[in-house]
Amino acid sequence: MRPEKTYSELMRELKARRFVFTGELEPEKTTDLTEIIEASKFLKGYVVACNVTDGPGAYAYLSSLAASYILQRETGIEMVYQLVCRDRNAIALFADLLGAGALGIRNVLALTGDHPAVGDTPDAKPVFDLDSAQLTYMIRKMVDEGVDLYGNPIHNPPKFHVGVAANAKADPLEPEILKIERKVKAGAEFIQTQTVFDIEVAKQFLREVNRFNIPVLIGIFPLKSYGVADFFDKNIPGAAVPPELLEKLKRVKDLDKKIRNQKYDEVNLEVFIPFIKELKKTPAAGCHIMAVGYERLVPRLVEATK
Amino acid sequence: MIIVKLKPFEEILSMLEGHQRILIVGCDGCSGIYEVGGLRQAEILKEQLELARELKKSEKISVKTVTVPRQCDNDIVAKKLRREVAEQEAILSLGCGVGVQTIAEVYEDKPVFPGLNTMFIGMENKSQGKLFERCQACDDCILAETGGICLIARCAKGLLNGPCGGQVNGKCEVGGYTRDCAWVLIWKRLKQRGRLDLFTKFRHFRVNRQHPPRELELPISVTKSQGGKS
Repeated sequence: MRPEKTYSELMRELKARRFVFTGELEPEKTTDLTEIIEASKFLKGYVVACNVTDGPGAYAYLSSLAASYILQRETGIEMVYQLVCRDRNAIALFADLLGAGALGIRNVLALTGDHPAVGDTPDAKPVFDLDSAQLTYMIRKMVDEGVDLYGNPIHNPPKFHVGVAANAKADPLEPEILKIERKVKAGAEFIQTQTVFDIEVAKQFLREVNRFNIPVLIGIFPLKSYGVADFFDKNIPGAAVPPELLEKLKRVKDLDKKIRNQKYDEVNLEVFIPFIKELKKTPAAGCHIMAVGYERLVPRLVEATK
Repeated sequence: MIIVKLKPFEEILSMLEGHQRILIVGCDGCSGIYEVGGLRQAEILKEQLELARELKKSEKISVKTVTVPRQCDNDIVAKKLRREVAEQEAILSLGCGVGVQTIAEVYEDKPVFPGLNTMFIGMENKSQGKLFERCQACDDCILAETGGICLIARCAKGLLNGPCGGQVNGKCEVGGYTRDCAWVLIWKRLKQRGRLDLFTKFRHFRVNRQHPPRELELPISVTKSQGGKS
């Protein structure tokens, strides 16, 4: 961890070694963020920062930079601006990062991005001029040295902390760990993982990355409904929902509408409260809660694990 | 080898609409070797074109066929085709994109149509009965560092620092998890060779990128041998 400068609340908390929660918000195919702003009220005071996704699954959605700025301004929550290499060359990435600096963004999550082929504009040209490691490197050059990739000076350089993503349950795991080593070499300052359901998987991953001495936030994905869980289970390879959890959610599906949401909450709390409590005993720096569209669960989850 | 495939017949037919005297030019190079665009294919195509025009009762057609050792050499194209081209009013090339353009460059006054789609630079695997893309001619080969597996041609994202999050059990998110993740293959091979140090090397943003259209001086020996005969 870079000891010298701290630009964000998220990094301040990570450096203080307090267990942190981060949230996730997903702007979609719209120009209206009212609903997300409303939903994010649940997160305020419970998460230290909140990720804003950048065309997840290669879907063409509202710009993550615009959304990061608006959401940060409207909610007062610090945002983690997710930036993917899929759609922009080195010039555009750099330009957007300067824009993010001008708009007061303090954290960036540097991602390679899903291939356009898997999204809703499958014939879009895949750019990948940089990859997540190279983007991380460029961001650190911008922030630490105040220069671009060619050493040209930036007037008033941006002040960001840069995080990277990791897949804790990658199979095989070793190339994933070695890739993280590369990203750390390139200057990554924190890691947020993809969804994990099994605490043992989280522990194993934490052991593997321990030598990199970088804060790791383990990602969880509370399941709003059986429909969401089933879709996730069937359509996102490598993201299988544990069968017993799927079964529990299935039983809730047919309950009376009035009590259904309450029951869904109960099932999730039953799974994730022990998970987070156990996580707090590990070297994990925090938990990244990807409760997109299910923000209402977050306060109870955080409170119960205090 | 340059890997090519025949265009759908309907497309070829519609390209040639309005033309009566057509010369189909095969190529004995890459497209001929894989029996996509050699003389035999040119002759089959000729019969199909004649039949199609007859069935549609549209204009008559007069098709001739010829082949050359390789269409990507303007010297060969100039010498071997001059007489045939003079007699016909349009040319259908069964060479790769380079072949089509070579003919078009040498015979500027004749319309030249591509009969094939050019796909990739590939490797033949007889036991699997397939051709696989292996090189994208990036002009900056780093196969020495990647266990002889090209991350430009074989990683869907061409990542210099992979694998990405799109690999599951060593398969790639592009193509529905049926194709190998190049970076997992690289990891396996380097591990086998005890060279994971190469795997963890951080590779910088590529500099000194050469932009198309690229060119290269011909070796003098080749220039002499070709030029000497003309």
